[in-house]
Amino acid sequence: MAETPPLLEVVDVVKEYGESVRTAALRGVSLTLHAGEMAALIGPSGSGKSTLLHLIGLLDRPTAGSLRLNGQDPTTLSEPALAALRGRSLGFVFQFHHLLPAFTALENVMLPAFGDEGRLSAETRARATALLTAVGLEEKLHARANQLSGGQKQRVAIARALSRNPPLVLADEPTGNLDTVASHEVFELMRRFHRERGVTFLVVTHDPRIADRCDRVIEIVDGRIARDERR
Amino acid sequence: MRFVLFVAFRYLRDARGQTALILAAVSVGVAVIVFLSALINGLQSSLIDKTLGSQSHITLRVPRETPRPLVDATPERAIARQVQVAPERLRSIDQWPAVVASLARLEGVTAVSPMVTGAGTAVRGEAKRPITVRGIEPELFRRIIDVPRRMVAGRFDPGGGSVAIGSVLAADLGVGLGDTVRIVTAEGVSDVVRISGVFSLGNMGVDKTWVLTSLRHAQSLFALAGGVTGLELKVGDVFEADAVADEAQRRTGLAAESWMRVNAELLVGLSAQSSSKTMIQFFVVVAVALGIASVLIVSVVQKSREIGILRAFGTPARRILAIFLTEGAVLGLVGSFFGSALGTLLARFFETVARNPDGGPKFPVVLDVPLYVSASLLATVVGLAAAVAPALRASRLDPATAIGNG
Repeated sequence: MAETPPLLEVVDVVKEYGESVRTAALRGVSLTLHAGEMAALIGPSGSGKSTLLHLIGLLDRPTAGSLRLNGQDPTTLSEPALAALRGRSLGFVFQFHHLLPAFTALENVMLPAFGDEGRLSAETRARATALLTAVGLEEKLHARANQLSGGQKQRVAIARALSRNPPLVLADEPTGNLDTVASHEVFELMRRFHRERGVTFLVVTHDPRIADRCDRVIEIVDGRIARDERR
Repeated sequence: MRFVLFVAFRYLRDARGQTALILAAVSVGVAVIVFLSALINGLQSSLIDKTLGSQSHITLRVPRETPRPLVDATPERAIARQVQVAPERLRSIDQWPAVVASLARLEGVTAVSPMVTGAGTAVRGEAKRPITVRGIEPELFRRIIDVPRRMVAGRFDPGGGSVAIGSVLAADLGVGLGDTVRIVTAEGVSDVVRISGVFSLGNMGVDKTWVLTSLRHAQSLFALAGGVTGLELKVGDVFEADAVADEAQRRTGLAAESWMRVNAELLVGLSAQSSSKTMIQFFVVVAVALGIASVLIVSVVQKSREIGILRAFGTPARRILAIFLTEGAVLGLVGSFFGSALGTLLARFFETVARNPDGGPKFPVVLDVPLYVSASLLATVVGLAAAVAPALRASRLDPATAIGNG
C-alpha cells in the first residue's frame, strides 16, 4: 500500500483564524491516506478535527503547508476548478444529514451529478436508484426528507456522498445524531461500501466503538497529530 | 431537464405561501400599470381623435406677404423706417396641381386635398351669421376629415348649388335640409344655396361657422377662378406631422402648419399626463422590485445551508446565481400574466360602468398587444433585476460557513 501514490497527502498544514489576534486551529499537521483505507479521526472537541476535514474537503484553504488530493494541488486552483475537483473527488456525510427538504430521496442523491453537469442524464438517475437500493431504501425513492427516520436520512446522505463514485468520502460525525441501533446500521453500511467497493473513508467521530472498528485511528490534540495507528 | 430550472421551480413550488404572496404583489403592480396605461392611452387617443376629427394634420398656405423697403439704407445714409403690414388678401397657390402631385409622393403623407377657404356671412331672413366657406373636392376631403360619418342629417354631397353646414349654424339660422340660405362672401359675391346635409364634427367653432361647398363654387364665391388658397394633408403617424410639415414647407416654399403646432397646449397637457403615468409606473415598478428582492433575500437566507450543500457537492457558483435569477424572472413573468388579465378586467369594467348620456364610454380604454408585451417584458426584467442582489449573495456563499451556520 505504501508503494502506491497516496490518495491524500497533507504536509505541515497550519490553519489560523482571526485578524488582529490569530488563533491556530491546526499547528503543522501531516498525514497521508491511501486508497482503500478506512480511517477514524478522533480527538476532543476543539482539537481541530472539523478544521482539518474542511481543509481536506476543499471547503477552506490552509494558512500554510500543502495538500494534494488525488495527485492535484488544490491551492493553485480557481474557485470554479476547486468546486469541480470537490464534486468529482469527494463525497460528504455530515452529522446532520443535510438533505435538501424540497427534494425527494432520489432527487437528493441525483443532485451532485445533476448540479455539476447541468442536465439530468439517465445514467445519473440509474446510479442514484441503484445506490438507494443498495442502502435498503428502494421503497423510499420518492419520499421527502421529512418522511424518513433519522437512520434513513443518513443512509440517503451516504448514497448521495457516493453518487459520483468519489475516491474519498469524508464523514463528519455521521452517527453523532443517531440512536445506538441506527448508529450501528449506518456505520455498518459504510463499512460494507468500504469492503465491497473499496471506498476510502475518513470518519470524524467521538464514538470509541466506531473508531475501534476502523482500520486506522488518527488522534488529533490541540491542532497536532498525537497518534496515528494502523490495525 | 435543466438543473437550474428544476431547482428554481422546485424552490418556488416548495415555498408556496411566499410564492403566492409575491405573485399577488407582482400581479397587482402589473394590473395597475395595465389599467392606468389603458385608461390614459384611451383618453389621449380619444382627445386626439376628437381634435383631429375637425382639422387636417397639416395645412399649407401661401406665405404671408412681407413688406419690402422702398429705399435701402447705405453706410452714408441712415433711414428711419415705419413698417406697415399689408392686410392679407386671398391668394392662390401657384401651379397647385403640380404641388399636390409632389406632396402626394412625400413620405408619410396619406392624402392631399385642395381647398378654397374664406370668410363670409350666411343670411336667412332676419338672421345673419358669420361663416367660414370651405370649397373642397368631397372625395378627397373625406380622406382628410371623415365628414360622411359625422352627418346628423342629409348627405355629404356638396356641389351643384347645394352645401353641407354645421349643426350649430343650422340651429342658429333655423334651417334644415332642403332650405335655402344666402351666402355673402368678403369679396362681395353673393349666392343662394340649398342645404343638402348637416354635420356635427364635435367642435363648436367648426359646427357654428363651417359651410362646405364644392371647390368650383368656392372659387367663384371668392373670385379665384381655378385657384386654391390652401392644401390639406393627412399623415400616417399623427405625431410625425411636425416633421412632415417641415419637409413639405421645404419642398414647396409654402407656409406649413401642423396640428401639433396649432394644438401645442393640448400636446403639453398630453405630455404632462404621460409624465404622471410614467411616474406612477416608476413607483409601482420600484415597489414590485423591492417585493421580489425582499422575498428572494429571505429565501437565500433560509436556504443558505442548502446552497452550501449544493456548492460542497460541486455545483458551480454560476448555477446557484442562475437559480435565483430564474426565480426572479419567473415571478415577474407569471405575475405579469395574472396582472395583465386583472388589469384588462378592471379596465373593461371601468369602461362599461362609466358611461356618457349617449351610451358611449366616458373613459374609453385602449388595450393592445404592445401594452401587454411591454408590461410582461417590464415585469420580467424587473423580476430579473430584483433577483441580482440575492442571487449574487447566494452564489458567493462560502460552503463551509453556510453548512456550519445553516
